[in-house]
Amino acid sequence: MSTIVITIISLCAIGIVSAVILYFVAQKFKVEEDPRIDIVEGLLPGANCGGCGYPGCRGLAEAAVKSDTLDGIMCPVGGTETMSKVATVLGREVKTEAPKIAVVRCNGNCENRPRSSEYDGARSCAIEHALYIGDTDCGFGCLGCGDCVAACPFDAIHMNPATLLPIVSDEKCVACGACVKACPRNIMELRNKGPKDRRVFVSCVNKDKGGIARKACKVACIGCGKCVKECPFNAITIENNLAYIDFTKCKLCRKCVGVCPTGAIHEVNFPPRKMETDAIKANPAAKSATTISLSQPANDTQIIAKEKNGD
Amino acid sequence: MLKTFRIGGVHPPENKLSANGKIIVLTLPEQVIIPLSQHIGAPATPIVQKGDTVKAGQLIAQATGFVSANIHSSVSGTIVAIDNVTDAAGLSKPAITIKVEGDEWENGIDRTEKIEHNIALSQEEIIKAIAAAGIVGMGGATFPTQVKLTPPPGNKAEFLIINGVECEPYLTSDHRIMLEKAEEIIIGVQILMKAIGVKKAIIGIENNKKDAIAHLQQIADKTPEIEICPLKVKYPQGGEKQLIQATTGRTVPSGALPIAVGAVVQNAGTALAVYEAVMKHKPLIERVVTVTGKSVKNPGNYLCRIGTPVSKLLEAAGGIPEDTAKVIGGGPMMGRTMLNIDSPVMKGTSGILLISDKEARRSPVRNCIRCSKCVSVCPMGLEPYLLAKLATFNLLERLEEEKVMDCIECGSCSFTCPSARPLLDYIRLGKTRTGAMLRNRKK
Repeated sequence: MSTIVITIISLCAIGIVSAVILYFVAQKFKVEEDPRIDIVEGLLPGANCGGCGYPGCRGLAEAAVKSDTLDGIMCPVGGTETMSKVATVLGREVKTEAPKIAVVRCNGNCENRPRSSEYDGARSCAIEHALYIGDTDCGFGCLGCGDCVAACPFDAIHMNPATLLPIVSDEKCVACGACVKACPRNIMELRNKGPKDRRVFVSCVNKDKGGIARKACKVACIGCGKCVKECPFNAITIENNLAYIDFTKCKLCRKCVGVCPTGAIHEVNFPPRKMETDAIKANPAAKSATTISLSQPANDTQIIAKEKNGD
Repeated sequence: MLKTFRIGGVHPPENKLSANGKIIVLTLPEQVIIPLSQHIGAPATPIVQKGDTVKAGQLIAQATGFVSANIHSSVSGTIVAIDNVTDAAGLSKPAITIKVEGDEWENGIDRTEKIEHNIALSQEEIIKAIAAAGIVGMGGATFPTQVKLTPPPGNKAEFLIINGVECEPYLTSDHRIMLEKAEEIIIGVQILMKAIGVKKAIIGIENNKKDAIAHLQQIADKTPEIEICPLKVKYPQGGEKQLIQATTGRTVPSGALPIAVGAVVQNAGTALAVYEAVMKHKPLIERVVTVTGKSVKNPGNYLCRIGTPVSKLLEAAGGIPEDTAKVIGGGPMMGRTMLNIDSPVMKGTSGILLISDKEARRSPVRNCIRCSKCVSVCPMGLEPYLLAKLATFNLLERLEEEKVMDCIECGSCSFTCPSARPLLDYIRLGKTRTGAMLRNRKK
C-alpha cells in the first residue's frame, strides 16, 4: 500500500516541479509577436503561391504589419478586395491596382508554324529550349511541353492538344506570375485583364527580322510598324523587329488589329463585328478553341473570327 | 587484371564499324564555313574582311582574352561572308564563309611527310606555339590547350596522361591516328611533357584497340618515360577523372581540377595537333572525322578540312541511308543531334553518326521504381534519380549539397534506367541553374 502512495506522491511532486520550471522558461523565452500578423494572415487566401514576392501568406502578413505603408505589398490572388480589408485592419491606405491576367503571346499552332523536326527528348520546355531551336523554325515560339501548365498552382492553364499552345482560363487565373517565371522564352506576360475581360495584345515574341520570322510562322509579327502609325494613343512601340502594346496606354479601340498584315495582333472577348458573322458562314473552319485572328492580306478588309477563351 | 576506374560505368555495344578503315583524305569542298566559336571560352574576333583572299593556315580570327583560341583558314580562297549562319542546333552563330580556290598554303608550313624528332623550343616557346596554332581539346571538349598547359600558381604537374581511350561507341578516329600516326603522336607527347615540365607520361588505351596498343608499345619502347597503359573497356573510361583514377590510382577531389592531383590530361588527337604545330608549323586546320552507322555504305575515317560541310563527308561515305532518322555530331552517348547537314565540321567534331528511327527513338517514360541502377552506374558516385527529381522541383541549394556540379554528363544514368527516364536531361537543367546561382553568389 505504502509503495503505491509513495509512488503517486513522488510522481505528482515531479510533475508539479516540472510544470513550475516550464512555466517560468516559457515566460522567459516567449516570442513577442504582433497579434495583427495572425489577423492579416486570416484575411489572405492561404494559397501560399508566392505571387506577392513574399514567402507564403504569412510572409506577406509580416511584411504588411512591419512596414509603414502598403506600397509594393499586393496580393494578386485576393486582389484589391483583400488588400482593402488588410488596409482597414492596419489603418493604412491601399492603392487600387487593375486586375491582371496571364497572356500567351504566341499563336504558332501547327497550321501557322509548321514543324521542321521531331523532339523526342524530356518533355520540358526549359530543357528543349536549352537544347536547340525547337521543333519549328521559330526560336522564340511556344514549345508546347507545358512547363507553364505544371507551374500553375490554380489549375488555370491547360495545353490545347489540337494547337499545341496553352490556354489561360479567364476565371481561374489570378496573375500570380508562376507561368511567367516558368516559360523559358518569356512568352507569358501578365497584362491588364481589361474592362469586361477585354484586351488587345501582340501574340508574338519573335525578334528576328520580318522575313525570317514570317518564313517560320504565318502569323508572326514582322515589325512593319503599321500598328504604331495607326494607334491614336501612342501605345505601341517596335523594338528588335517586334511590336509591343503598352496595356496601360491601350484604350482597346482595335484599330491596330485592323491594319496588322499578318494577324499577329489579337483582340479578346470583344463582341463579333458584323463582317465576322458572314465570314464564319463562308468559312466555318475559321473557328478554333483559342482566340485567334484570321487575317487576309492588308488590302482586303480585315476579317476577324474569335471565340471566348474556354477551358 | 586490366586497370579501370573504380565506381560505376556501363557497357554500351561498341559498334566500332570503321575500326579497320584507313584514313582517307577527303577532296576539298567548294566552300567552307568556319564558326568563330569552336571552343570553350569567348568566340574569336575576325581580323579579315569580306573580299579578302586567304591561304590555308592563315590566321583569320584572334583569340579574345585568355580562355579563347585562334582560328585559321583551312583552305585558300576568297572570303564571301562574315555573318551569322544557322548552326547544327538551328541557332544563329557568327562564322566566316570562304569560297575555295586552289590549295595554297601559308609560307613556313612544312607539308612533307618527314618526321621531325628534335624538339628545339623552350617550355614557354612551346606553349606560345600551341596558342598561336589555335589548338583545342580534340576529343570533343574543345578546351583551349594553352590554358590547360598553364596551371594556376601553386599547382604543380606530375604526370601527363594521354587519352587514347575513345570510349564512345562507333567512333574510331583516335584509333586510326594511333595506328597511322603513332610516331608523330609520341613526339607530340614529348613536346607536351616539356611544356608542363613533367618526367612521366601515360597513354591510356582501351583494350578493344589491341593493334594500337601493340603498335604504340613498340614505338614507345625507345622512350621509357612514356608508358602505354591498356585499360578495361568500360564507358566512360575516357572521362578525365576516370582516366586519371584508372592510370594513376589518384582521385580528383569533388569540385577540383585534375591539376590538384598533379595530372594534366590531353587527347591523342591533340598530341598529334601539337606535333604538327610545333614541328611542322601547321595550325589546327584539319582533322580526322569518323563517318559511321549501321546502314552507312562506306563507314570510314576521313581527314577533312575544318569548315567542310558535313554533307560532303556523308557523300564520301556513300550517301545518306534510307532509314536515317537522326544525324549525330559525335557519338551516341554524348553527341548532339544535327538539324542541318550543311553544318560544318569543327575542331571538336570527332565523328558523324547516322542512326535509324528504331535505334534513336526513346522508349515511353515510366515512373521511377527506385531500383538504384542509376546510382550503381554513375562514375562520379552521384545519385541521378535524386538529382533529376531535385532539378524538376528547382531545389537549387539541395542540388548543390548533392554535388550536382560534379556530374560529367556522360549519360550512363539515362542509358541504364529501366523506366527510360530522361535523367541526364533534368540533371543538366539542374546543373545549369545551380551553376548560375553559384556564379551570382560569387559576385
